Amino acid sequence: MARGDGRTAFAYLTPALLVLGGLMAYPIYQLVLISLFDYGQEQVSGGAPLEFLGLGNYTALLADPQFWTVLWQTVGFAATCVVGTLVVGAALAVLATRVRPWARMLLFLAALGAWATPAVAGSTIWLFLFDANFGLVNEVLGSTGFSWTFDRWIAFGLVAAQVIWCSFPFVMVTLYAGIKAIPQEVIEAAALDGASTARTARSVMLPLLRPLILVVTIQSIIWDFKVFTQIYVMTSGGGIAGRNLVLNVYAYQQAFAASEYGLGATIGVVMTALLLLITIGYLRALRKSGEEL
Amino acid sequence: MRFVLLAAACSVVLAGCAPVTSSGPAAPSGDEQTGQLRVWLFDEVNRGPKEEVVKQAVSEFQAAHSGVTVDVQYIQVSTRAERFKAAFSDPKSAPDVAEFGNTDLAGYVASGGFADISKEVSDWSDSKDFLPAVLDTAKVEGKTYGLPWYVGVRALYYRTDVFTELGIQPPKTLDEIAPLARRIRAAKPDLLGISAGGKYTFGMLPFVWANGGDIAAVDGAKYTAKIDSAESKKGVAKYTELIADDICPAAQCAANGGDASVEAFRAGKAAMVIGGDFNRKSVDASSAAGKYAVVPLPGNTEGSIAPAFAGGNLLGVMKGTERKTLANQFLQLLGGKQYQQKMFQAMGNLPTFADVQADVAKNDAFEQPFIKTLEAGTKFVPVTPAWAKVDAQAVLPTMLQQIAAEGQDVDTATKTAAESMNAAFSS
Repeated sequence: MARGDGRTAFAYLTPALLVLGGLMAYPIYQLVLISLFDYGQEQVSGGAPLEFLGLGNYTALLADPQFWTVLWQTVGFAATCVVGTLVVGAALAVLATRVRPWARMLLFLAALGAWATPAVAGSTIWLFLFDANFGLVNEVLGSTGFSWTFDRWIAFGLVAAQVIWCSFPFVMVTLYAGIKAIPQEVIEAAALDGASTARTARSVMLPLLRPLILVVTIQSIIWDFKVFTQIYVMTSGGGIAGRNLVLNVYAYQQAFAASEYGLGATIGVVMTALLLLITIGYLRALRKSGEEL
Repeated sequence: MRFVLLAAACSVVLAGCAPVTSSGPAAPSGDEQTGQLRVWLFDEVNRGPKEEVVKQAVSEFQAAHSGVTVDVQYIQVSTRAERFKAAFSDPKSAPDVAEFGNTDLAGYVASGGFADISKEVSDWSDSKDFLPAVLDTAKVEGKTYGLPWYVGVRALYYRTDVFTELGIQPPKTLDEIAPLARRIRAAKPDLLGISAGGKYTFGMLPFVWANGGDIAAVDGAKYTAKIDSAESKKGVAKYTELIADDICPAAQCAANGGDASVEAFRAGKAAMVIGGDFNRKSVDASSAAGKYAVVPLPGNTEGSIAPAFAGGNLLGVMKGTERKTLANQFLQLLGGKQYQQKMFQAMGNLPTFADVQADVAKNDAFEQPFIKTLEAGTKFVPVTPAWAKVDAQAVLPTMLQQIAAEGQDVDTATKTAAESMNAAFSS
């Protein structure tokens, strides 16, 4: 490549780089920087001097047993939500390709409705539906007085269901578009070769859809690992004695609400690092299984 | 890669090497006598009557000061922390006068948010009539940072119809509450014996104080947690005993704070609840209206009253204000005797002046138990900026829920809570 080409390429990339630098690099830089200081409300408003802690916030965080409990809880919760979202989304995408247009229309309208509902409103509506005394669900099940948000696992299950409900449409729409984009000739060729429907799905459609599945999986991991609203609203800030806390809510409660911005930034850095690790690990696992990326 | 490094290098140069800090609330640049005075008051469930009284005060103030307009904004209690933090960090968006909860005082003062108005208050002739214990809730290290606008104390609400039907009397000691509540629930299984919330810190504290315990003890300026002392543990145990299937089942009660606890009483689902004088209007507008009475929450011995938490709101002047004199004048108008009386009539807010309080109580039997509770002596949460942290981290509610819903024993839960508090006090 000639040198002039490189310069032109750089010129074309500059706007994007500036945006990325402003919107990503700078905030992450600030986040890391703040995480190295004892940075509370007093320091922000200039009432107290800044104190450089080095890795002090990190050692304090990693030594806190509650952090580890919350971390594993978050991993388990996010994993459940990701699997649930993908299964529901994929199943409904397949269904959408097989039903009549009016049914497909209804399915899409319902999914878009769920997708478009703001998280706070959605969570609150679910709470109404599952209210112990006045909720529709208890009325239908005849279990009036049963609290869906008291038991740790039932509460987690309910919140996971809500998260799946509001995130499956993205998976469904993406995969539906993917299935529709598979050339009809390929399917026909497989059929002519005598492949069964299951075999066609496994050996023809799935490989063609893999890039899309990859994208929706990574998206879902990132979204579900960072769930805040649903837990915060539905378990009123982390459940009884904090037993439904996930990392984001924990960071908010322990650090931001308590004006410990340094500690909050530390949790943010740890979360970013974890997500990067998970994503890289997932990509590597795919590459090992022979996938071109 | 080179470009990324370049971009990173640029941002480092741009940002310098320390996180942003504001230079602090600007020293008042002047003391202007005209212009707009900005006021923040709390929004309430039923704001109409409050707004009405405030409007009167505003027009009276504007009539007396030509060239002055007063702009009142109502802010949400639930988002107050963010609003005030923003105001302290950026004095330009800050009000001149603000209403705030007395438990937030120490944190706000440490953030450098409110001005020391000791002199203005002591120069004001009416200030000698403030109830001393109430005025103390506006002080940090001997300096006054606000006018007490109203006090909130809690007492025991009970359902007269239920008590008459079962032929029982309201409890005379703290120890009587649990057996009595159990008896009511046994006779009427659809009622909570007493609506006791697992997040209702201010309902629990009188139990601790009545037993001689406390949240923390102060030595000089340093607080040490005392919630794990033998006396405190006795009180905590006595309160958490109420969150049980035969009184107030954990599944229904453990997640409740003060409002939700009172809500169960309003819905006619509880025979007793610890509620504040400020809950009166809402209870009167509920299914419990006309079927309830209030007594002071009893202490350990018959005839004694458990020390209540001296809650309430203050009116303060922001440190960065450019209209200090006007702000103080408005404070003394809205927080003065005449408007406290009006606020009592409008909202039921209990006045902070001894004479005004005696005056309103004379004509109002309902206020008697609350005033008796105030007279018996009240207590307060630790006056330290660390309290805001303890509060935000939900240390005490978590402790109560661990005992009431997670089956932890009192020793372990109070010890954990004491450790979290000490960590906050020492940071």
